[in-house]
Amino acid sequence: MAQLFSNFLNIDWSTQWPMVIMWIIGGVLIYLAVKKDMEPTLLLPMGFGAILVNLPFSGAVTQVGAEEGPIDVLFNAGIANELFPLLLFIGIGAMIDFGPLLSNPKMMLFGAAAQFGIFFTLSLASFLGFELKDAASIAIIGAADGPTSIFVSQYFKSNYVGPIIIAAYSYMALVPIIQPAVIKICTTKKERLIRMPYKPKTVSKTTKILFPIIITMVAGIFAPKSVALVGFLMFGNLIRECGVLNSLSESAQHELANLVTLLLGLTVSTKMQWQYFLRWETLMIMGLGLVAFIFDTAGGVIFAKILNIFLKEKINPMVGAAGISAFPMSSRVVHKMGLEEDPQNFLLMHAAAANVSGQIASVVAGGLILTLIQV
Amino acid sequence: MFNVDALLKSLPIMGLGMLGIFIVIGLIMLIIWILGKAFPAKKDKQDN
Repeated sequence: MAQLFSNFLNIDWSTQWPMVIMWIIGGVLIYLAVKKDMEPTLLLPMGFGAILVNLPFSGAVTQVGAEEGPIDVLFNAGIANELFPLLLFIGIGAMIDFGPLLSNPKMMLFGAAAQFGIFFTLSLASFLGFELKDAASIAIIGAADGPTSIFVSQYFKSNYVGPIIIAAYSYMALVPIIQPAVIKICTTKKERLIRMPYKPKTVSKTTKILFPIIITMVAGIFAPKSVALVGFLMFGNLIRECGVLNSLSESAQHELANLVTLLLGLTVSTKMQWQYFLRWETLMIMGLGLVAFIFDTAGGVIFAKILNIFLKEKINPMVGAAGISAFPMSSRVVHKMGLEEDPQNFLLMHAAAANVSGQIASVVAGGLILTLIQV
Repeated sequence: MFNVDALLKSLPIMGLGMLGIFIVIGLIMLIIWILGKAFPAKKDKQDN
């Protein structure tokens, strides 16, 4: 009989009680995913994984003297070598329509401006005592782009991969709460009422096909370390736009993206073992992630206000906030805010163009961080 | 706890990073403009 309960009786609760906190955190993540619909594709597997890896002597992760746990096997096979985020990028690339951006390229400037939060947070995290490689990994939460966060933090072998990924996906889900508050602080009612007529331009199919190829070449030449990120994203987009691989495009958008997301969420949980996760730094990282999102939004809005000083045809500064990579949530937030101010003010297409450019700019920012910080 | 030296070291990275993003994005805008001029929509049958 004692043998049946030997595992339970061997648990040293005096040292292992923190795993109970992780069960609660896992439960909260599952609750947020199911009840609040917050990034459920990621938060649910991560929540379940947080419970799975924090069970006493869990066979899901490697234990001392035992064979390698399956979640660690998956981590080494898919995240330690940055494979999963890159595969996910093929799916994301296949989902993105660059049409609004190609017909209105000046919106790209907002994608650039709205990466300010990344670099501001990098400095702030350094000031707070994080090593430069960890500060860079934390800052990339501001890319509002989960795969880029995983890629960069894993590239730097950051000690905080788990909290960084949790923060990245949590704040992406909180964009509809964070952004309106920041936008309202940074703009006046008069600015929010600015109307922007939409004059769509048609874009040739040749342009749509050449765009991903040329962008990959430019990224490869100017920021070689970003070429994997940009290249996989653009490869997915090329499959979408070429017009002869519709079935592959569908597979990349659905089956591939779903399968990788499923494994990614569960696999990342190996970094949520309480020994690595329950630290003061985790709370600091959550705070810094919020700072990154706030300053991204403010960066885009303030840049639009600066541009307006020189422009005849004014830009609604709220559109600048859509320059972050959280697609399509950010553009929807801006569009909704525009309609609240003036029911005839349709900002969706402008915001979508800025938002899509944020996807490119966040990947470029990730690549630049890899280039600028030598490990 | 506060590391002023690290902050000062990170400031050039901030400056170079933002400059780098605007340069790359500017280049991409130029490419889009050139593509638009070289392959205008009316020459193709399929438009968006």
